[in-house]
Amino acid sequence: MTEIIIAGLGQTDVGEHWDISLRDLAFLAIESAIKDAGGLKPQALYVGNMLAPNLSRQAHLGALLADFAGLTGIEAVTVEAAGASGGAALRQGYLAVKSGLVDVALVVGVEKMTDQVGAGVEEALATAADSDYESVQGLTPTAQAALLMQRYMHEYNVPADGFAGFALTAHANGAGNPHAMFRKAIKPETYAKAEPLTPPLNMFDAAPNADGAAALVLTRRELLPSDWPHPLVKILASATASDTLALHDRKDPLFFEAAHLATGRAIKQAGITLDQVDFFEYHDAYSIYAALALESSGFAIRGHGWKMAADGRISLTGNLPCATMGGLKARGFAGGATGVYQAVEAATQLRGQAEACQVTRTRVGMIQSLGGPASTAVVHILEKLD
Amino acid sequence: MEIPRHWRLKKQRYALMGEVCPHCDAKIFPPRDVCPECHHEAKELFQFSGKGEIYSYTTIYEAPSGFDSNAPYTVALIKLNEGPMLTAQLTDVEAAQVQIGMPVEMVTRKMRDDGDERGMIVYGYKFRKRVGVT
Ligand SMILES: [Zn+2]
Repeated sequence: MTEIIIAGLGQTDVGEHWDISLRDLAFLAIESAIKDAGGLKPQALYVGNMLAPNLSRQAHLGALLADFAGLTGIEAVTVEAAGASGGAALRQGYLAVKSGLVDVALVVGVEKMTDQVGAGVEEALATAADSDYESVQGLTPTAQAALLMQRYMHEYNVPADGFAGFALTAHANGAGNPHAMFRKAIKPETYAKAEPLTPPLNMFDAAPNADGAAALVLTRRELLPSDWPHPLVKILASATASDTLALHDRKDPLFFEAAHLATGRAIKQAGITLDQVDFFEYHDAYSIYAALALESSGFAIRGHGWKMAADGRISLTGNLPCATMGGLKARGFAGGATGVYQAVEAATQLRGQAEACQVTRTRVGMIQSLGGPASTAVVHILEKLD
Repeated sequence: MEIPRHWRLKKQRYALMGEVCPHCDAKIFPPRDVCPECHHEAKELFQFSGKGEIYSYTTIYEAPSGFDSNAPYTVALIKLNEGPMLTAQLTDVEAAQVQIGMPVEMVTRKMRDDGDERGMIVYGYKFRKRVGVT
């Protein structure tokens, strides 16, 4: 059985990097991942990115980044699936190495969100929705989340501060992550007092747009250098699924079918049960998405996802730690880089190197990346080997 | 802006023209040629009544380019009487009056403009509180 190992990890701080270009940002992450991997030489590069063609007027990132990293000649392409781009790029890297056609794959997620502000960024983000029937109505991704949150609160009688637990957990965990954009815990009053941004969603229900890059080096176990120094983290499963692009085309908008399918496929592939997952890196671009991810993946029954956060069950000491290094909310939402950040963080946890954020049970970690309102869901399950 | 792109959608935008599935009678909007219910071909035209009710709603304060001049505005998921749901802006109603379940009807309004670039204005459907229904 071929075992795919995450051999190298790299990441930049998440935040506003006005002094660093797209290519430099990606290179910083690539450089540290290759170094962490003990100098393994990549034969292929898969780039997760969502907005460079819109916000940086730069497409063709595969060739650009391979060239800039001194890897000209290797296979190099961009993988795009909106906010799930990073997770989708990781899956391509996994498939390439698993197939045997590529020995060492480099996966990099990169996003440069802060070169533009306001209406231009909203317009770029809205390209992930249905252009002809959603974006033309002035709908934005934040508004999609607000529509779901409004309906969810209506159907399940959720109190006004019912979603506070997601932001509180994320910020408490982000405080311990040196790469996070926000490194300060918040108080319940702070959430309760926040002005609605896109009602009923307030600023603490939405992850902040940010710049960032993260990178992974993947290889097969037998190809690791003999002096490779880290605890072994294996990709136990990789799965993905799609749903309707437009939210209005769903029979049951409050259930993330793609998250359900991808999680089910990954769990089956891994040969484990859901209760064997020690921690869960969900895609909390919006707190409602975290709630729906918990429900659609099977960790909570419908209408109860928010209670897991409210009851502290997702905290570092809870029965299912989530957003263990701050999640999208406190680490920052670096668009298409997100899925790669999630994998870097989960692997750091499994290596036992998460310091202040370290969870206690570190056998199996699950990562779920969402594109839009789970129009794409990508799930990876990582396992620490003895 | 892209004139052909908006022109070819005019039947949907001005008249809520969708499709009906000849196999299972599902009404389809937006049109998609493959029935989402039974997955058979469905290309028969069907005109929707334009009546429906609010499934969910929100108000957008930070709008994308092309929409920022009329922000804030309220958008809703609207469940049409014939079955399907669509996304539309609400018009002629205060955000505070909007409720889940509120009956609405289609009207034609200006959707967005290109600022002063080439001055193209896109028209299409919005929804307002249904007249004569309390
Ligand atoms: Zn049919």
